[in-house]
Amino acid sequence: MRTVLKLASLLILATAAGLAHAADGARQFDRDAGRYVDVAVADPYLELHTGAGVSYPVFRVIPRGEHIEILFRRTDWFKVRDDHDREGWAHRDNMQETLLATGEKLPLEDLSHRDFDIWPWEAGAQSGNFGGGNVNSLYVSYSLNPNLATEFAVSQTLGRSANGVLAVLGLTHAPRPDWRVAPFVELGSGVIRIQPKATIISPPERTEQVAYYGAGVKWYLSRRFILRADYRSYVLFTKRDTNEDRNEWKAGFAFFF
Amino acid sequence: MESRLRVLLLIACAVALGGCSMWPFHKKQHAEELPVEATSADGTAPSVVEPQVTRRTVKTPKIKKSNFEIGPYIGTYSAEDFGVNPVLGARLVYHISEDFFAQGLIGRTTVGLTSYERLSGGAQLLTDSQRKLTYYSLDFGYNLLPGEVFVSPRRAFNSALYVTGGVGATHFAGDNRFTVAIGAGYRLLLNDWLAAHFDVRDSIFDIDLLGSNKTTHNLETGLGVTVFF
Repeated sequence: MRTVLKLASLLILATAAGLAHAADGARQFDRDAGRYVDVAVADPYLELHTGAGVSYPVFRVIPRGEHIEILFRRTDWFKVRDDHDREGWAHRDNMQETLLATGEKLPLEDLSHRDFDIWPWEAGAQSGNFGGGNVNSLYVSYSLNPNLATEFAVSQTLGRSANGVLAVLGLTHAPRPDWRVAPFVELGSGVIRIQPKATIISPPERTEQVAYYGAGVKWYLSRRFILRADYRSYVLFTKRDTNEDRNEWKAGFAFFF
Repeated sequence: MESRLRVLLLIACAVALGGCSMWPFHKKQHAEELPVEATSADGTAPSVVEPQVTRRTVKTPKIKKSNFEIGPYIGTYSAEDFGVNPVLGARLVYHISEDFFAQGLIGRTTVGLTSYERLSGGAQLLTDSQRKLTYYSLDFGYNLLPGEVFVSPRRAFNSALYVTGGVGATHFAGDNRFTVAIGAGYRLLLNDWLAAHFDVRDSIFDIDLLGSNKTTHNLETGLGVTVFF
């Protein structure tokens, strides 16, 4: 209980420090010149919301020609500061028509499709069935080009007779990455550590090499958000006479960054 | 023998595919910049003095992205039959859009005694190390009710009530158990980079400790801070 109290007081202190930080600052716009991206509003006006969401109210409108500093970006929202030091959130669509000091438009990514040059990384979590048991999987992938990506995945298998940890490195190939529901095929290899769960005679833990092939679909649901489902057929290269086969079905969500 | 051959073939396939990917067919074709020939109106070569202008290069700073949240939490974990105990955990959140986020949690608690163990006197169902309960969870979250909290006439904090659902595993009583977790939480943004969280979660997993398999609901509450980066 004492530890809990100590941690709680730390929490309160951290909160207080955060509040103190928020309270400080006057004429920041000039002081921070050169530190942040400075843009001029080119649309008739730029709306500032009180929070990073469309439902937050617009509390200030910045007319054309005025300068703003872009403090940082969170999802599709930019935290900006005007030359009266008023800070608010502007949406990406509204920022598209702002101009840099060079007179060029603020370069923002095209959202109509996934640009693999800008967002080559993808990460996701999936869950499903591996050889009759459950499996949880986490993956990171890097797109070499729109069609081909390398992928690293770590899975935990939770079966009735054995648990295991699986790490694989593979390649996925999507023939039509521009489709909203994009199919892909995959191929890879790795290792599995199997921990048997027998209660009376406990067989030793073993590590085997595995290889897999499979297919799946990625459904580009909304901006940067993907639903992914896979089927994979694994071969476990055992030290015995026969190899073992495992089928895996899993589904989950992913996002690219 | 056969397996070795398959591995070799697989590696060959992987190398070939990797090699193909290096082919630069996806690269955008940059238009060749041709030197502009300066000609006067009548077509003859003009005698112009080359201007000695050094162009000022304007360096635009990068816009900082702040989509991740990381931080610890403390709370209570009620392991079914094993009492309520303090839990310590950490979370990593990635905000995908203004509505959706993905998060990973790791938590640890030490469970207490069951009523049976208390009443029977000496009988212990679990060893001390088996009483350590560690879980992880990979969740997907939705900001259900975004809003603002008005603490004074001049100050407001952004907040959101969110719901999460995910899968993971719980290491408890000598085994890893597949776990489904649902939860709801409240996030209060204290400033641009600091947030406070209050969470309630239900971790659901099967346990066969007393002979038969049964599904347990393990309720957890947590209070935490996160830092955006």
